[in-house]
Amino acid sequence: MPKQPPEVRKHNFNEVALGYTEEQALEEASRCLQCPQPQCVKGCPVEIDIPAFIKLLRDGKYEEGIKKIKEKNSLPAICGRVCPQEEQCQKYCVLGKVGDPVSIGRLERFLADWERARGFNIPDKAPPTGKRVAIIGAGPAGLTAAADLAKLGHEVVIFEALHLPGGVLVYGIPEFRLPKSIVQAEVDYIRKLGVELKLGYLIGRTYTIPELLKERGFDAVFIGTGAGLPQFLGVPGENLGGIYSANEFLIRVNLMKAYAFPEYDTPIRIGKHVVVIGGGNVAMDSARSALRLGAEQVCIVYRRSREEMPARKEEIENAEEEGIICKFLAAPTRFIGDEKGWVKQMECIQMELGPPDESGRRRPVPVKGSEFLMDTDTVIIAIGRTPNPIIQRTTEGLAVTKWGTIVADENGKTSLEGVYAGGDIVTGEATVISAMGAGKRAARAIHEYLMSKK
Amino acid sequence: MYEILRVEELAPKIKLFEVYAPEIAEKARPGQFIIVIINERGERVPLTITGYDPEKGSITFVFNEVGKTTRQLGLLKEGDSIWNITGPLGNPSEIKNFGKVLCVAGGVMIAPMLLQVKALREAGNTVVTVMGARIKELLFFKEELKALSHRLYVATDDGSEGYKGLDFLKDVLASERFDRCVAMGPVPMLQRVCELTKPYKIPTVVTLMPIMVDGMGMCGVCRVSVGGQMKFGCVDGPEFDGHLVDFDQLIKRQRMFLPEERLSALLWELGGCECDGK
Ligand SMILES: Cc1cc2nc3c(=O)[nH]c(=O)nc-3n(C[C@H](O)[C@H](O)[C@H](O)COP(=O)(O)OP(=O)(O)OC[C@H]3O[C@@H](n4cnc5c(N)ncnc54)[C@H](O)[C@@H]3O)c2cc1C
Ligand SMILES: Cc1cc2nc3c(=O)[nH]c(=O)nc-3n(C[C@H](O)[C@H](O)[C@H](O)COP(=O)(O)OP(=O)(O)OC[C@H]3O[C@@H](n4cnc5c(N)ncnc54)[C@H](O)[C@@H]3O)c2cc1C
Ligand code: SF4
Ligand code: FES
Repeated sequence: MPKQPPEVRKHNFNEVALGYTEEQALEEASRCLQCPQPQCVKGCPVEIDIPAFIKLLRDGKYEEGIKKIKEKNSLPAICGRVCPQEEQCQKYCVLGKVGDPVSIGRLERFLADWERARGFNIPDKAPPTGKRVAIIGAGPAGLTAAADLAKLGHEVVIFEALHLPGGVLVYGIPEFRLPKSIVQAEVDYIRKLGVELKLGYLIGRTYTIPELLKERGFDAVFIGTGAGLPQFLGVPGENLGGIYSANEFLIRVNLMKAYAFPEYDTPIRIGKHVVVIGGGNVAMDSARSALRLGAEQVCIVYRRSREEMPARKEEIENAEEEGIICKFLAAPTRFIGDEKGWVKQMECIQMELGPPDESGRRRPVPVKGSEFLMDTDTVIIAIGRTPNPIIQRTTEGLAVTKWGTIVADENGKTSLEGVYAGGDIVTGEATVISAMGAGKRAARAIHEYLMSKK
Repeated sequence: MYEILRVEELAPKIKLFEVYAPEIAEKARPGQFIIVIINERGERVPLTITGYDPEKGSITFVFNEVGKTTRQLGLLKEGDSIWNITGPLGNPSEIKNFGKVLCVAGGVMIAPMLLQVKALREAGNTVVTVMGARIKELLFFKEELKALSHRLYVATDDGSEGYKGLDFLKDVLASERFDRCVAMGPVPMLQRVCELTKPYKIPTVVTLMPIMVDGMGMCGVCRVSVGGQMKFGCVDGPEFDGHLVDFDQLIKRQRMFLPEERLSALLWELGGCECDGK
């Protein structure tokens, strides 16, 4: 797929991957074998009929093709861009056993972009049921549940704490991987299904869940509040200036558009030597954003080795092409500041890999006496996020695990009647598509619950 | 969109807004704050709630015109609208009958102190209030505070009215016993109050105003050290035990974006970018 060349793209926030041309899409689609028992579908958390949409695409029936996708997935332009396809559908594609799997994600993206350029078709909705559902959080889980419930004829209101909908899609994933106009367009589509969006409502504060159910006339609630609480290292000096959590850094840059400061009012300070701590997608996104904000050098410090890095391969490659350096097997032990309270150095310790831990990856073990110093004026901590605790603290009787995630069954049912949950708030940090899958299953369960209730 | 119902200039560069926000008005309690965003390009600015009227569906807040956003806000008039307001945020103050409470408020935070004093009075406390400002022109709500408090002290940094500085509190604290102290205002003032109350072991609650972005526990920029532990100002606060707060760190963190804020205000003064819609 064509991309912006690294030398150019590292200076702008425009999308890196440019998408297939019609010709390229048709050629790629023609590689699909139309397997009678398609393995790819098994790898899709929302069960898109992949061979069917590829066939429609190949036959030039784009409109039918996108309709086929949207039977299962309301956010195809987003998924086509950020799904870890290599771990899902494409991992199971038979062609992958002998060579390259079909680029299913890119084909999905092609059709979604094709449709968006022409204006969305609004599908038929079931007649009104008179039931009202409150959705908490406008991330992929909440948006998906909302779309499905609206199509089933329920009145749906989404309460989102931030001033823009999209969850991680707008506040976390940078513009160069997922343009915000696309999220906006797909959210608008969900609005057109009749879903009402209330922005700037922090549930737990503005209303609690019991209030929504008892006083505000909702018959059911879906919690899709994600994993938004940043984790810190707990080492000395962590509160020095210039040390950001990845969430703060990304919220400033993406949601508040600090890359366009002072045209936008939210500032960000970025130094010459940026260090990003962590090895996942969040670390990659932070590092690549820092580079685009003008850092001279960006170094990712990860405590295991390249093999264990949880980030998508494609994004690691993109990052390295852009000149981001990776320092493996090192972990910070403290930060050292200047007289103004700004970070100037970081002390790290060398690690080596011991036997595997619970996660199945080899455990990093510090090497005694191997401390060393790195100069840095900006540090971004991207070592993980845990569930936002506001709802748990304000909803009596809601069962929660010791990690703060909400206890819910396969269909999102929680310990409280009429209250469902899904996405990162249940699983901990996961993926866009798994959050959407959870939203879908919960929507189905909520529908059954509502229709069986008098 | 949130309509502005009333604008009042309380003192030079200090304005009160009453805004139609029925859902917030219903929920708000003393000690809580809101986040205001003026327009789509705006910053998220935290401001303390200074009053609420569930029947009218309105809330009030008072702000100091310091940087670009608050100055822009100051240009808005009755009938204009604010793009987004989120709230109420933060934990409500603990209000109960403590006995005798010393309330110390400085600068723009005199406004929320009025709400606090009212609530403490209603809960049966004896309230001694101290209001302080840089110069006497900035002492607003004096009559209101006087009417609500059992006693009111006034202090200014330059001595233009009342006591000069807060040192007189030494004598007050030496001569009477307080069960609790509540302080709101600039950090140096909070720090001074805590120094003064510490020897007497008076539980001292301070309202902190670290830099915030989301105000709901997602970014961590508002982190403060309290008793050596990392706390988030927005969800664990905004009130903390003043004797445990690392004020020096707080001051440094509050200044983190000073150069950028100055640049932004300067460009705006110069007529800056057309993006401000002027
Ligand atoms: C930087 C970054 C990059 C990522 N990259 C990828 C990727 O490339 N591919 C991929 O598949 N996944 C990626 N992920 C993970 C993926 O984004 C998440 O798994 C997914 O967004 C989870 O969806 P969700 O709907 O559960 O929660 P979220 O997307 O977190 O949305 C939750 C929403 O709820 C709101 N909310 C929270 N509390 C409340 C409340 N009390 N009241 C009202 N609203 C509330 C939040 O403001 C937020 O908008 C990435 C994550 C990050 C942070
Ligand atoms: C919980 C909370 C409640 C607050 N309540 C009020 C209130 O009721 N009335 C009011 O006038 N202000 C209040 N503030 C402070 C207010 O949010 C800031 O003054 C405001 O963000 C300034 O925005 P600006 O763009 O106009 O100025 P900026 O350009 O952002 O800053 C201008 C100047 O103000 C300083 N400043 C910036 N942010 C803060 C902050 N969070 N605290 C203290 N100084 C800051 C800067 O260092 C700079 O000197 C509160 C802050 C918090 C965190
Ligand atoms: S497994 Fe691969 S080749 Fe077979 S239908 Fe799916 S995409 Fe096509
Ligand atoms: S302001 Fe972001 S966590 Fe408190």
